[in-house]
Amino acid sequence: MGSLVTTVLVVSGLGALLALLLFLVAKKFRVEEDPRIDDVEKMLPGANCGGCGFAGCRGMSEALVKSDDISSLYCPVGGGECMKKIAAYLGKEAAEREPMVAVVRCAGSCENRPKTNRFDGASSCLIASSLYAGDTGCSFGCLGLGDCATKCEFGALSINPATGLPEVDEEKCTACGACVKACPKHIIELRKKAPKGRKVYVSCVNKDKGAVARKACKVACIGCGKCAKVCPFEAITVENNLAYIDFAKCKMCRKCVVECPTGAIVEFGFPPRKVAEVEPQTAKTE
Amino acid sequence: MKTFPIGGIHPSDCKKYSKDAAIEQFPIPASVTIPLSQHIGAPAVATVAKGDKVLVGQVIATAGGFVSSNIHSSVSGTVTAVDNRADAQGNLKPAITIAVEGDEWLEGIDRSGVKRVVELSAEEIVAKVKEMGIVGMGGATFPTHVKLSIPNGKKAECLIINAVECEPYLTADYRVMLEKGEQLLLGAQILAKAIGVERIYVGVENNKPDAIKHLQGLAKGQKGVVIVPLKMRYPQGGEKQLIAAVTGREVPSGGLPIDVGAVVQNVGTALAVYEAVMYNKPLIERVVTVTGSTLASPKNLLVRVGTPMSALIEYCGGMEGIGKVVAGGPMMGRAVSNIDAPVTKGTSGVLLIPTEDALRQVEGSCIRCAKCVEACPMGLEPYLLNTLTQRGDYDELEAHYMADCIECGCCTFSCPSYLPLLDWVRIGKAEVMKRIRERAAAKK
Repeated sequence: MGSLVTTVLVVSGLGALLALLLFLVAKKFRVEEDPRIDDVEKMLPGANCGGCGFAGCRGMSEALVKSDDISSLYCPVGGGECMKKIAAYLGKEAAEREPMVAVVRCAGSCENRPKTNRFDGASSCLIASSLYAGDTGCSFGCLGLGDCATKCEFGALSINPATGLPEVDEEKCTACGACVKACPKHIIELRKKAPKGRKVYVSCVNKDKGAVARKACKVACIGCGKCAKVCPFEAITVENNLAYIDFAKCKMCRKCVVECPTGAIVEFGFPPRKVAEVEPQTAKTE
Repeated sequence: MKTFPIGGIHPSDCKKYSKDAAIEQFPIPASVTIPLSQHIGAPAVATVAKGDKVLVGQVIATAGGFVSSNIHSSVSGTVTAVDNRADAQGNLKPAITIAVEGDEWLEGIDRSGVKRVVELSAEEIVAKVKEMGIVGMGGATFPTHVKLSIPNGKKAECLIINAVECEPYLTADYRVMLEKGEQLLLGAQILAKAIGVERIYVGVENNKPDAIKHLQGLAKGQKGVVIVPLKMRYPQGGEKQLIAAVTGREVPSGGLPIDVGAVVQNVGTALAVYEAVMYNKPLIERVVTVTGSTLASPKNLLVRVGTPMSALIEYCGGMEGIGKVVAGGPMMGRAVSNIDAPVTKGTSGVLLIPTEDALRQVEGSCIRCAKCVEACPMGLEPYLLNTLTQRGDYDELEAHYMADCIECGCCTFSCPSYLPLLDWVRIGKAEVMKRIRERAAAKK
């Protein structure tokens, strides 16, 4: 019995002593931190996605509090509203950016782009692209192994088993850019978000000569330049046999969609065209 | 019997299919496609244009830097295109296509019997090797003249001829040893003269007893030549493993064989050097093993560079029942997605795997059995390198000696869960090497 009491006394005494020591040390070596960092962190969405360029929301909030000019900092997940709120709290000028959305620039579905071989390595686009050109005739297109979908923290990307291509859920996409970085083929791009999910873009990244590209995929951009000629806003440039629509200049008149001979330029979110108009070659809608 | 100290595996050698097939001259095809990058380093620069007439052995592209190599025409005919062609992995790479007309050789290329007296000096030999576009023919295709140029402050003590051929299935080097053993040893003497050494070791694994016997017979009376029989174990043909097996010396981490006084050259390279120095013959053809367990007639073929692999396959029995084609051996070779791609200076074999064996097993989870650690001949921890790569922790990867990986594949071979360890490790190594290079460039 005596030994039990001693044990209890010694252990609790030791506990009390160490607690006191910890208390004193904590007091003495306390790190003064701006309390605003905590507040700003709470205002951020807390997704820790890294879309701002920092490792997580804490890093971003530290940068926001400490830098005088925060116009170069932007949280794509929280968007303009969140940034405005934080700027008002800190008394600084917030950056204003247009909302963006991820866009997959490849339409090489199993039907459009027949397989020429079978990939049997680890299920990762990064590995497949380091090993060879891909399982179709197109060495630029989507490999379909879903690195973008795995990297998406918001569940906005998924591989459609019917086409073998990733699809973006615009509601969930925050334009953090994780998929853009993850894609070894550089197919995914962040483009300006328009109302009603409207989009007009070249859904191809193939830089091969027209004949080679077309042979590999039915809906490849062949770099013919017809779209660039028809565009009234000079939004389209053709470089290395590939057209690109500058979303800052594009007014979504959709003349290029009609003109494109292969259907590489696609439109989404528009009401169906009138019968008098020429049918766009891709009848695909979301 | 000697071997290397740590790691390694013992796959079935599968050499029985093609080991008794004597080297056969493969007919010259109707057209060849010669890639401009058949070696490690900068691609060569084309010196011919569409419509030019070329002869066998004529330079058609010159080295694009110090670590690069000349490329010679392997046929005579007319250049039909200088453009991008799909390589074995389907990537478009610059290449020269030549339509064959006859078989006219460039003047000055001698094709007479065995010559034994070396008249050139060491510098002249290195210059000749460079001019004739010789690269390491074991598969890595490192330009040979770079290896023969000993850096200042270093001294070579011995030459090691890599006659191990530890890759299963391949028998190209084995046939060369048996049929051109004398030329091979003369090539070794030339290489030894170029680097100023007198000791030559020829490392041969003991699964080739007749080659060992044959070479020992030939080496009798030759000063300084020692044939070293080695216990069969993969990857003994790795440069660092071979040095350890033959000399007992360990190449330091991040170092080169010359740091321990060794220069290693492959059998095929020694033969090519012999032909280049004695006959002025550039590297325009090589021995390729075409083999597979279900192939009708596996062969060892002497093939002109640029011949499409599909022609070789057709010649040896065709694609029926074949699920996978590998350029090189089964351990370090790469799967081919475009069989019309040409044979290059580094193509040691074309392996045809039947459909039922072609696919990998379903991947499981790591059970921490450490079989990969045991198998790694460099003493690394592949399971950890795999995880760190997937996590993207490149600083930690570098600290775990990622850069020492020789990509031999022992880890993947030994994994009971069929994890694609090497696939990931390669990604990690590429990134770590990139960082090391960037740091070195920033220092300059």
